[in-house]
Amino acid sequence: MKINRRNFLEIAGATFAIGLTGKYALKLFGSENLAENLTSTKRYAMIVNLQKCQNYSELNNGCNKCILACNKIHNIPQFNNQKEEIKWIWKEEFKHAFIEQENHYLDPEIQAKPVLLLCNHCDNPPCTKVCPTQATWKREDGIVMMDWHRCIGCRYCMAACPYGSRSFNWKEPRDPGNPRKYINDLHDQFPTRTRGVVEKCTFCEERLAKNQLPACVEVCPANALIFGDINDPKNKQMRDILEKYFTIRRKPELGTKPEVHYLI
Amino acid sequence: MLEKAFSGSKYYWTWIIILLVFISSGVIFYLRQFTQGLTLTGMSRDVTWGFYIAQFTFLVGVAASAVMVVLPYYLHNYKQFSKITILGEFLAIGAVIMCMLFIFVDMGQPLRVFNMFLYPSPASPMFWDAISLGGYLLLNIIISRVSLDSEKKGIKPPKWIKPIIILSIPWAISIHTVTAFLYSGLAARPFWMSAIMAPRFLATAFAAGPALLVILCLLLKKVSNFYAGYEPIQKLSIIATYAMILNVFFLLLELFTSLYSGIPDHALHFQFLYFGLDGNYSLVPFMWTSTILAIFSLILLLTPKFRKNEKWLLIACISVFLSIWLDKGLGMVVAGFTPSPLGKVIPYWPTITEFLISLGIYSIGLFIITALYKVALSVRRQVSI
Repeated sequence: MKINRRNFLEIAGATFAIGLTGKYALKLFGSENLAENLTSTKRYAMIVNLQKCQNYSELNNGCNKCILACNKIHNIPQFNNQKEEIKWIWKEEFKHAFIEQENHYLDPEIQAKPVLLLCNHCDNPPCTKVCPTQATWKREDGIVMMDWHRCIGCRYCMAACPYGSRSFNWKEPRDPGNPRKYINDLHDQFPTRTRGVVEKCTFCEERLAKNQLPACVEVCPANALIFGDINDPKNKQMRDILEKYFTIRRKPELGTKPEVHYLI
Repeated sequence: MLEKAFSGSKYYWTWIIILLVFISSGVIFYLRQFTQGLTLTGMSRDVTWGFYIAQFTFLVGVAASAVMVVLPYYLHNYKQFSKITILGEFLAIGAVIMCMLFIFVDMGQPLRVFNMFLYPSPASPMFWDAISLGGYLLLNIIISRVSLDSEKKGIKPPKWIKPIIILSIPWAISIHTVTAFLYSGLAARPFWMSAIMAPRFLATAFAAGPALLVILCLLLKKVSNFYAGYEPIQKLSIIATYAMILNVFFLLLELFTSLYSGIPDHALHFQFLYFGLDGNYSLVPFMWTSTILAIFSLILLLTPKFRKNEKWLLIACISVFLSIWLDKGLGMVVAGFTPSPLGKVIPYWPTITEFLISLGIYSIGLFIITALYKVALSVRRQVSI
C-alpha cells in the first residue's frame, strides 16, 4: 500500500483513537476494588428536632452556631452574593423547605419559621447517579461524598438534586490578590476548594474518622441535632426516636430516601 | 482536498474574515472566563445551566437532522437529494463540533475533561451523550470524506461504506434521544421529566435542521453558482413542515397534561415561560414571539402558493428556525430551573461574556461549514467540467 501524507495522518489518528478506547474498555470492564467495607452495615443519619431548634433560636435572638461552625471548619467562602453563595448547612423558611407540605391555612408565621437544611445523604441519591466522572458517590456508611479533585464542574449533580443542597464555586474562593477576602478565618486542617467544582455537606466525614461528631451537632446549644448510626445494634437511640415519634423528610415521594429526618 | 478552501472570491474572504473576528473575540472572552471562572456568566446556584447548555441542546438537533437527507437518499434511493446529502453531512459535522465546544466552555474545570473517559460512568446520561456525539462526528467524517472522494474520482463509493451510512441513521436519532434523557430522567426537575421530551426534541430537530438546509441552499444559490434544484428544496421544506406540525402538536400535548392536571410542580414552569412568575417576565416576550413565528411559518408552509415561491419559503424557513431556537435555545433550559425545587424564582439572563463566547462558537461552526461547503462545491465544479 502506498502511503501518502493524508493516509499517514489518518492511520495515525485512528490508531491513537483505538489506543484511547483500549484503556477505556479496561476501565469499564476491569475489576474495581469493591471488597472494601462490603460487610459494613453502618448507616449514618441525622435527626433535626425542629421545636428545640426554633425555640432556642427565638429565646436567644437567633442562633446560627451550627452554620457558623460549619463555615469555619470547612473554609466556606462568604461572597455576599446570593447567586454565588456556597452553603453546606443553612436555614430556609418552612414553606420553601417543605414545599410539598403545602397548606395555605397554616399560620403565615409558622410557614415562615426557619428550618435547618443540609445534604440529605439520600439512600438513593439522584446526584451520584448522573455524575459523569464518579466524582460524587455514596459510601458504604451512607455518606454522599465528593472528590473535589476529580469534579469537572459540569453541575449535572446540582440539576439532579431535588433539595438544592449542592453549591458551585463560581469564582476562586481564595482570592489570589487577597486570600482572606472571602475566607477571613482560614482553618488549616481542611482544604480550601478551587474554582469550578461542586461542594456540599459531607456529614463531617473528616471528624467522624477521628470519632468526633459532626461540627454542627457538637456545637448545637439546644441539643436539637441528633446524629448517629441508624443500624447500630448496640445504640438504638436513633431508631427509637424514628419509631416512636412523628418525623418527616423532604420530598420522600421522589424515592430518594433522605436520611435527614425532621422531628416536629 | 482541503486546499480548495483556500481559494475564493473577495466576498468569500470577507465572510471568512468576519468569522475570524468573531472567533477571536470569543477566544479572548473565553480566556477571561477561563482565568476568572464561570462567575462571569449569569448562572447561579439555582440556575446552574444557562445559555451554553441550551445552545448545545439546540445544535444537537441541527446535527441529528442530517438524517433527513441521508435517509431518503440512501434508504429510499431518492436521487433528488444526491446534490444536498453531502451538505447535510457537513452541516452535521459543524454542528457536532459546536456542541462539543458548548459543553467545554460550560465546564468549571475544563482541563479535567478527560476524567469523563478515565472514570467512565455508564449510569450517567452524560457519558452516553459523549459517546453518541463522538461516534456521530466520526461517522459523518468518514461518510462525507469517502463519498466526496469517490465523486471526485468519478467512481462509485466503495461497498463497505453502505453499512456505515445505514448505521448513521439510527445513530442520528440516538444523539438527540440521549440528549433528551439528560433532562428527562431528573426527578428534581418536573418541567423536563416528560416522556415526550425525546420525541419533541426530534421533531424540533427535523424542523429546524431541514429549514436551515433550505436557508443554506437558497444562500448558496445567491453567493455561488450552485443550485440544489427546485425539487429537493421543496422536498426539504415539506419535511420541515411535517416536523414543525409535530412539534406544535407535541407542545400542545405537553401543555395539556401539565395545565389540565394543574400540578404546580409542572404547571408553574409553563406559567413562568408564558405569563411570568413572581414578577419575573424575562422570557415571556420571547416565548410569545416563538409562538407567533411558529403559527406564521406554518401558515406559509401549508399554503402551496407560498411554499412554492422561494422568497416566501425563505421567510418561512427563517421563522421555523427562529421559533425553535427561541423555544429550545433560550426557554427550555432556564425554565427547568425556574422555579427552583424550593419554589423560588431566581432571575437568569446571559451576560456579555456568555453571549460573545457563544457567538465565537457559532462562528467556528460556520467557519467549518463554509470551508467544507467550499470544498464540496469545488469538487463538484471540477467534476462537471
